Amino acid sequence: MLMRRVIPCLDTRDGRVVKGVRFRELRDAGAPVELAARYADQGADEVVLLDVSATPEGRGNALATVRAVRRVLSIPLTVGGGVRNVDDAERLLSAGADKVGVNSAAVERPELLTELAERFGRQCVTLAVDALGGGSDWEVVTRSGTTRTGRRVLDWIRAGCAHGAGEILLTSIDRDGTRAGYDLELIAAVADGVAVPVVASGGGATVAHLTAALSAGADAVLAASMFHEGEFTVADVKRELAHAGVAVRR
Amino acid sequence: MKVAIVNTGIGNTASLLVACARLGVTAELTERPETIRAASFVILPGVGAFGPGMAKLRETGLDEAIVERAAADRPLLGICLGLQLMACESAEAPGVPGLGLLEAVVVPFRARVRVPQLGWNRVTSDPRAQLVVEGDAYFANSYHLDQVPAGMTGAWSTHEIPFVAAIERGALLGCQFHPELSGAWGAALLQRWFDRC
Repeated sequence: MLMRRVIPCLDTRDGRVVKGVRFRELRDAGAPVELAARYADQGADEVVLLDVSATPEGRGNALATVRAVRRVLSIPLTVGGGVRNVDDAERLLSAGADKVGVNSAAVERPELLTELAERFGRQCVTLAVDALGGGSDWEVVTRSGTTRTGRRVLDWIRAGCAHGAGEILLTSIDRDGTRAGYDLELIAAVADGVAVPVVASGGGATVAHLTAALSAGADAVLAASMFHEGEFTVADVKRELAHAGVAVRR
Repeated sequence: MKVAIVNTGIGNTASLLVACARLGVTAELTERPETIRAASFVILPGVGAFGPGMAKLRETGLDEAIVERAAADRPLLGICLGLQLMACESAEAPGVPGLGLLEAVVVPFRARVRVPQLGWNRVTSDPRAQLVVEGDAYFANSYHLDQVPAGMTGAWSTHEIPFVAAIERGALLGCQFHPELSGAWGAALLQRWFDRC
């Protein structure tokens, strides 16, 4: 049986891991290679590296970061941030990514998903979607949460899958960095609405939050602060998830 | 020891190169049939699609070099799409013949489960297996072999239905999962393949 994944996320800027609240107020949280190696040792199922650099220089550093992280990981590595075309994706894959995350560029030009899926296979293509709102109505926002698109989240995700997305990385902007738990209604709506795996992100701070997201239908849970701040190891989290009856790799 | 990794031209072989380096094994990417013939070990990786994958092997003449190796029982490892390319044909590209090394065809997962299958799944091994032991492996696939070819030993996983996770016979190993991404268990499998072949 396919197990549920626990995925530490490294938001990196200019070669350092940073963490903010609702994509703002970024604080330094360490060196990506050290954190990636530590989480892999603790039993992480995958590592996600999101480059939030704002400048071309930062993007250059990001490739070096991917190479360095790859060298210490024998588990999957997903890399996103600033992927605008097939060449960008190829550079990340060559540097050591196993999957590539795309967000804003796919919203602006959905054919990008098709081009990536045709070249690399859809299992390489993770569509990152940032959802703004709550209740049962969510709007897609892009460019690190700064641009509203007017598109409904479920409509966009269904279209994205039709274009070639092989996985959804679903982030609630309202919950991101708040430690208030995942948006369970959002997760349930998306998990029911598509066939591809759904990774829940935004707000996870306790094992109860992770368990709730997985119960709501997420195939994987992504978290950052709860691991960076040393409150929980990945091993602690997986032991407790297993105790709660969730199938995880031990 | 010289390991040749078939260059799929897709640029996603970094994790495999790193995995070999971590085991102290020198590996190189190649598109040359003579390198495939000369290498001690050959790995046919694969991400991408069956049709373009076979077209690439045929246009470079790598298909014949790979078939010759298999016929001579020389070490050959197919990973994910690389395993599927060894089959006779695939539902992913109807009408495109595969390498035909395995008496099997490639079929899709049914629509009721998450597709692609992305994540870790338990592999249960046949007691007669020399290489694949029980453990957790990382999969990234929408298709799988329909059966374990006659005369080979299989390993299985379950994604709603049981499916072929790996096949082996002597120096020939095919993994539907990614050993290079399957942590210590995957590294140990690669090590056994290098050691025993």
